[in-house]
Amino acid sequence: MSQLAPSIVSSDLKQLASEVLAKAMKAGATDAEAVVYEGDEFSALVRLGQVETLKESGSRAVGLRVFIGQRTASTSSSDFSNESIHRLVDGAVTLAKITSEDPFAGLPDASEFGSIPGDLNLYFEDVNEQPPAERIEIARRCEAAAMAFDTRIQNSGGGDFDTATSHKILMNSRGFTGEYQRSYCGFSAAPIAVDEKGGMQRNYWYSSSRTTRLLESPEEVGHEAARRTLRRMGAQQVKTQKAPVVFSPEIARGIIGNIFSAAEGDSIYRNASIFSGQLGERVAGENITVIDDGTMVFDRNGVAIGGFGTSPFDGEGLPTRRTVIVDHGILKNYVMNTYTARKLGMKSSGNASRGLAGNPGTGAGNFFLEPGELTPEQIIGDVKNGLYVTEVMGMGVNLVTGDYSQGVSGLWIENGELAYPVEEITIAGNLKDMYKNIVAVGNDLVFRGASAAPTLRVEGMTIAGA
Amino acid sequence: MTIPAPDPKRYFIEKLGLSERLMERCLGEALSAGGDYADLYFESVTSTSLGIDESLVKSASQGISVGCGIRVVSGERTGYAYTDDLSSDRLLRAARTAALIASGPAKELMSGFRHTEAPQSLYPVTGATNDAEIAEKLKLIQRADAAARAFDPRITQVRASFSDELRRILVAASDGTYAGDTQPLARLNVFVIAKDATSTSRGTSGGGGRVTLDFFEADKSPEHFAREAARTAILQLGAVDAPAGEMEVVLGPGWPGVLLHEAVGHGLEADFNRKGTSAFAGLIGQQVASSKVTVVDNGLMPNRRGSINMDDEGNPTQETVLIENGILKGYLSDKLSSRLMGTPNTGSGRRESYHHIPMPRMTNTYMLNGDDMPEDIIKSVKRGLYAVNFGGGQVDITNGKFVFSASEAYLIEDGKVTRPVKGATLIGNGPEALKYVSMVGNDLALDEGIGTCGKAGQSVPVGVGMPTVKLDRMTVGGTGQ
Repeated sequence: MSQLAPSIVSSDLKQLASEVLAKAMKAGATDAEAVVYEGDEFSALVRLGQVETLKESGSRAVGLRVFIGQRTASTSSSDFSNESIHRLVDGAVTLAKITSEDPFAGLPDASEFGSIPGDLNLYFEDVNEQPPAERIEIARRCEAAAMAFDTRIQNSGGGDFDTATSHKILMNSRGFTGEYQRSYCGFSAAPIAVDEKGGMQRNYWYSSSRTTRLLESPEEVGHEAARRTLRRMGAQQVKTQKAPVVFSPEIARGIIGNIFSAAEGDSIYRNASIFSGQLGERVAGENITVIDDGTMVFDRNGVAIGGFGTSPFDGEGLPTRRTVIVDHGILKNYVMNTYTARKLGMKSSGNASRGLAGNPGTGAGNFFLEPGELTPEQIIGDVKNGLYVTEVMGMGVNLVTGDYSQGVSGLWIENGELAYPVEEITIAGNLKDMYKNIVAVGNDLVFRGASAAPTLRVEGMTIAGA
Repeated sequence: MTIPAPDPKRYFIEKLGLSERLMERCLGEALSAGGDYADLYFESVTSTSLGIDESLVKSASQGISVGCGIRVVSGERTGYAYTDDLSSDRLLRAARTAALIASGPAKELMSGFRHTEAPQSLYPVTGATNDAEIAEKLKLIQRADAAARAFDPRITQVRASFSDELRRILVAASDGTYAGDTQPLARLNVFVIAKDATSTSRGTSGGGGRVTLDFFEADKSPEHFAREAARTAILQLGAVDAPAGEMEVVLGPGWPGVLLHEAVGHGLEADFNRKGTSAFAGLIGQQVASSKVTVVDNGLMPNRRGSINMDDEGNPTQETVLIENGILKGYLSDKLSSRLMGTPNTGSGRRESYHHIPMPRMTNTYMLNGDDMPEDIIKSVKRGLYAVNFGGGQVDITNGKFVFSASEAYLIEDGKVTRPVKGATLIGNGPEALKYVSMVGNDLALDEGIGTCGKAGQSVPVGVGMPTVKLDRMTVGGTGQ
């Protein structure tokens, strides 16, 4: 089913990567790294039962990073012609000459390279084999189920089905060569409910996987999308107040995701993070353990399947690994690539991310908060008067200061029960306090993407409304 | 360096080996299963980016992207395929893939394209970047680095970057459209960290547009942006908690116009209204703002980041009145929505790249001047928020709720601007918020040229603007009293 076995074109792509490297070294580079990417995508959108858009295509690109001593530059191209490859190499070497000597720049030491052995179950051929008509039918069924769920569902943003497969090769002049293929498929519905005054609400729900075999039922996903839309109907503002805030798992994972960003070596060495200088210190409550793990393979109904954040090696050719970032509230590790690790006098945590061009950044693998003991119902049940957040909007998160202010909507909790929908309100606080004031952690950890968190309750935030 | 303007279409013929005959064959193939309309969108983008960090030039990159997107429209259905290989085989194959959307007899194709000249020339036509220019760009970021550090000893980290691109496009369509454009875009950005004994803060600034390098030699110099970023960061060191709750809000001129982009602009894009999924659907002719409010979308402003000579469907851009004296006037439309709704095409069909299907998008969206003096507006507020800069915003099109996040704001107490406050998110309801506009200043300004708008996974450069504006009520998401 799943295979690491290179596709037919693999040898061509490898050949290209190795030619690009050879040319770069010949042109004067002292080190070089090439990435070659090839991908296919398909998407179908069905709206009100009719196919609205169908898109199907493939693309490819090559990226080159060169070093001349400790100067570096990068180039990328979607054009694989000889002339273009020549410009790619020439451009990178020319550009590198105008950059500064940086004692921390350079490829990783050869001893650090590596790749997780064995099959990480990242690629399933069935994603490409499914006929388009079947995919369209799933999108149609999902939307139809949402539309039929309740008479108040009267319009729709549509039902869709997307697939994507990709093949990536990374090769450098210090001897690393690695490649992997990944597959993705998913569908969703976005129903719209209309009330008697013409007020509209929209929401959506989805299912996604690396294999078509593990996609959920289109009808169940459609019904869930409808439920999530209907529960927003008739939403009102609440008064400005301080009250407990319960974050649904979809929103909690964003709050916890900020822990990863705050622990990135790049902002740590600049002294520009709420976690700067906090290694070994308490940054959250005893109940908070946060892990990044790029190696996870799940068992789903007997099918082994690699996580959405799983890969055999990182963007610089280092093996991915499991890193405990926060252990029972204590900041244990930063997340770093080779450059930021050198700046901090440490070793890379295998978290380099590599786009086509530019210097490597930092990226998470599968990133999550370890679940607690309480059910979501218990967490809500303990609240006399508070907010259950199901949507956030805005960019009001400042990781330098920790200041947090976001627009939200959700449901108001009265006497331990979800009472009525609320919207057009904000929640605000400071992440440093919020992480210490997580008073309840749910047992409902489910990976629907590369990052996940269970339901959380945070005390002491300000809710602003009417 | 400016070179004489060549016909943008010739680039694709001479450099990429395309021909009108091949384009006609592709369109024929695209309509081989029926369909009402087909178009080919050729795009070639070269981009350069340079970055200084800790006073070292740490990053330099260049990219080339070339490809073609082929679209077939049949009724409300759209088929799309793209290729980054412009050989005739691959183009014809992409055309056949896009054609799968339609199911009918082949469409008879018109012969011969309508050769049109560019309707206007809103920006300089530059060539590819040469070495001398790279050295000049490097100087810009080095000057920014020096100026930010010199501003105040509490500035501890400075990063500056210069990014530019040259985007060449050609649209050939079954309706005879045959049009091209060459679109330069440049941007200088400065990011700083400030630190004192008790706190740390950040500041950012930047700007640019469809300009040549000399733009950065006048008042929009690297020093201007560097000082602005440093000033913001230093100011934030002493900021107090932002207030929480509903209050009077005064928005300063320029970038706070992001309010219009979120509160009304997206809601007026024709695709959402055609489908009835926008909170503004069916409100044309109705009062959606105070009578002091007139909002336009104008793609014709020379050198602006949001301006384009033609849209990505080959139509000339224009100035479109969205709201006039508070009354909702019209939508922003592309070819598809215009045909299906029977409304004018406003030349608003834009796309991120040849990977993407075009859809109605904004260009430069701003509110026209009113009669009030900015100082009178401040004086009129007993207790409120004066927000002069924002990070960005977001809107839920369907229920109309929007947010935008203030990055520089002050308290107004008894008619005077007093203490700076920490960042806070403001939230409102699109079809309602502008009804509370009670004063409009006479100091219209546009942003510095930093806006990027995201919709359905596609990013396009845009501009926003407005004069100083007072809203009698809006919810401010702080933590203070």
